[in-house]
Amino acid sequence: MAIRDYIRQRFFPHMWCPGCGHGIVLNSMLRAVEQLGMSKNEIVMVSGIGCSSRISGYVDFHSLHTLHGRALGFATGVKMSKPELNVIVPMGDGDALAIGGNHFIHAARRNIAMTAIVMNNRIYGMTGGQYSPLSGHGTSATTAPYTNIDHDFDVVKLAKAAGASFVARSTTYHARQVTDILKQAIVHDGFSVVEILSQCPTYFGRKNRMGGPSDMMEWFKENTTPIGSKAKAENPALIERGIFVQDEDKPEYCTEYDKVIERAMGGRS
Amino acid sequence: MSENIKFVQGNEACVEAALYAGLDFFAGYPITPSTEIAEQMSVRLPQIGGKFIQMEDEISSVCAIIGASLTGHKVMTATSGPGFSLMQEGLGYAIMAEIPSVIVNVMRGGPSTGLPTCPSQGDVLQARWGVHGDHAIIALTASTHQDVFDITVHAFNMAETYRTPVILLFDEVVGHMREKLVIPEKGEIPVVDRMRTSVRAGVDYHPYLPREDGRLPMSDFGAEHRYNVTGLAHDMWGFPTNNPDVVHTQLRHLTDKIKNNVRTITRCREYFMEDARTVLISYGSSARSAFHVVKNRRARGERLGLLELQSLWPFPYGLIEEKCAKARHIVVVEMNMGQITRAVKRAVRNPDRVVLANRIDGVFITPTDIKNILRLIQGKGV
Repeated sequence: MAIRDYIRQRFFPHMWCPGCGHGIVLNSMLRAVEQLGMSKNEIVMVSGIGCSSRISGYVDFHSLHTLHGRALGFATGVKMSKPELNVIVPMGDGDALAIGGNHFIHAARRNIAMTAIVMNNRIYGMTGGQYSPLSGHGTSATTAPYTNIDHDFDVVKLAKAAGASFVARSTTYHARQVTDILKQAIVHDGFSVVEILSQCPTYFGRKNRMGGPSDMMEWFKENTTPIGSKAKAENPALIERGIFVQDEDKPEYCTEYDKVIERAMGGRS
Repeated sequence: MSENIKFVQGNEACVEAALYAGLDFFAGYPITPSTEIAEQMSVRLPQIGGKFIQMEDEISSVCAIIGASLTGHKVMTATSGPGFSLMQEGLGYAIMAEIPSVIVNVMRGGPSTGLPTCPSQGDVLQARWGVHGDHAIIALTASTHQDVFDITVHAFNMAETYRTPVILLFDEVVGHMREKLVIPEKGEIPVVDRMRTSVRAGVDYHPYLPREDGRLPMSDFGAEHRYNVTGLAHDMWGFPTNNPDVVHTQLRHLTDKIKNNVRTITRCREYFMEDARTVLISYGSSARSAFHVVKNRRARGERLGLLELQSLWPFPYGLIEEKCAKARHIVVVEMNMGQITRAVKRAVRNPDRVVLANRIDGVFITPTDIKNILRLIQGKGV
């Protein structure tokens, strides 16, 4: 199927600013779905609130645009009640880890088969540039005019610690890697977390003097490195890209619940 | 037949009824005094191939049932006061996106953590107006376990008919008291399933285009029709819009589908109302004390009557006005500071005749409490 057949053309033009990285994430994701040969009817896309969350409306899947931070709660209900559906949950950084932080760690703990995409642009875009839990110490935002004193989460470490059985990271500069990672994340039988660093030139870039969109993507290129590379050993400040966890042995939640049903029915199922 | 007679808590009666109505998905978070509902669901649902999940909080619980409802399942969650407050944003979402769902609130004393193990009817207005924005709501209640059963089935039927969340407001006495419950045979109480669209695959399906009767035929997530569900104001395809005409029509529809069907939705029971000069109005467990007073005083020839509300919202203004037209005194018996009293005052022609008989201290309101109020009204002193 052609990529454009996966989108809802009447929803366009999209509302993202020129230079925003979210369109690249959408593109990479659709390529992953296309390369996996998935049908539109088997995918449910559940998003929260924010710039990132509009992505669910742009795709011609079953789409559920929910409440700020609650996407994983809704997604859990969808997946558990109909496990044959493939559930993809794109979220922004505030969405996933501020208001939704508790839902995030619990979804990871349960290991319910869904793909959580954290579209990390380090800022609240839709409300106009306030700092997020991923902005990081020393950054600037409209609510941090004297620079931000909040420290950020490392999404990968957090997801690992919470028990996610698939954890990966990449950037919008590495669009092909994103597609490749998402393909593996979607077919993974467990909770997958994929963090994608995405640029917000309008707010994060401007407030933090990072130049235009291409400069920000250059920054991704220069400040990230494949997992375990020599460059990382020489410069520990580099951010690693790739798949950090891929545990196929941790029992998946819906499969485990099927066993509960079997026990409850005493073998009558 | 004897298998159908049980000696149970009200919370268990609610579980039995939900299963009778076809519930097969429950998500919840334990909170006193509603916890037995979650516990029973975790036992019963997997026995019939249904699903139970204990979420991390009440917010995600209500979200999970909305997700499950969209895949075509009958869903429910249960909570109490503080948990119900947390559920408000999900409740609003279910109203806006028109998702059939049932939310049980076994009320406890508040505000805040208040009185977890004591009866209260303090969430009547939270049920009505807890959600931000203008909206209609259905909230039902019950005083006996048989009522709990009937009204719970009714709640599912209303949720599926009008594509809306329905709130069940019980109180701690009803939730925890044990009494007899007769479970009706299959088919004895009608069970409504949601209306599914007859639009064929490939034909443009409008998930939010209401029929003339206000009903919206649904398509399950995972079936042929793909559409967008959002809490934003949306058009007939479910796509976000700011168009004032579209927004106006959509919000009117949300209100009208309930307002225009008040007679189907509301339920009220009358005792000794034919010639009543003093009318007691009550609901939930306090209606049991009120009934006791009315029955005993009738025996002495006093012209007392009781209206027991089984549905609180939409409020049956017309019915109350009609039934109280000849009453000299109207006494509203409730365990709060007058949340339904206010609605009754709006309904009747002479609001000055409306008096509140209440308790707010976590102690169940007794017939004696009500009798004392009656003596005051009748000028006999306490």
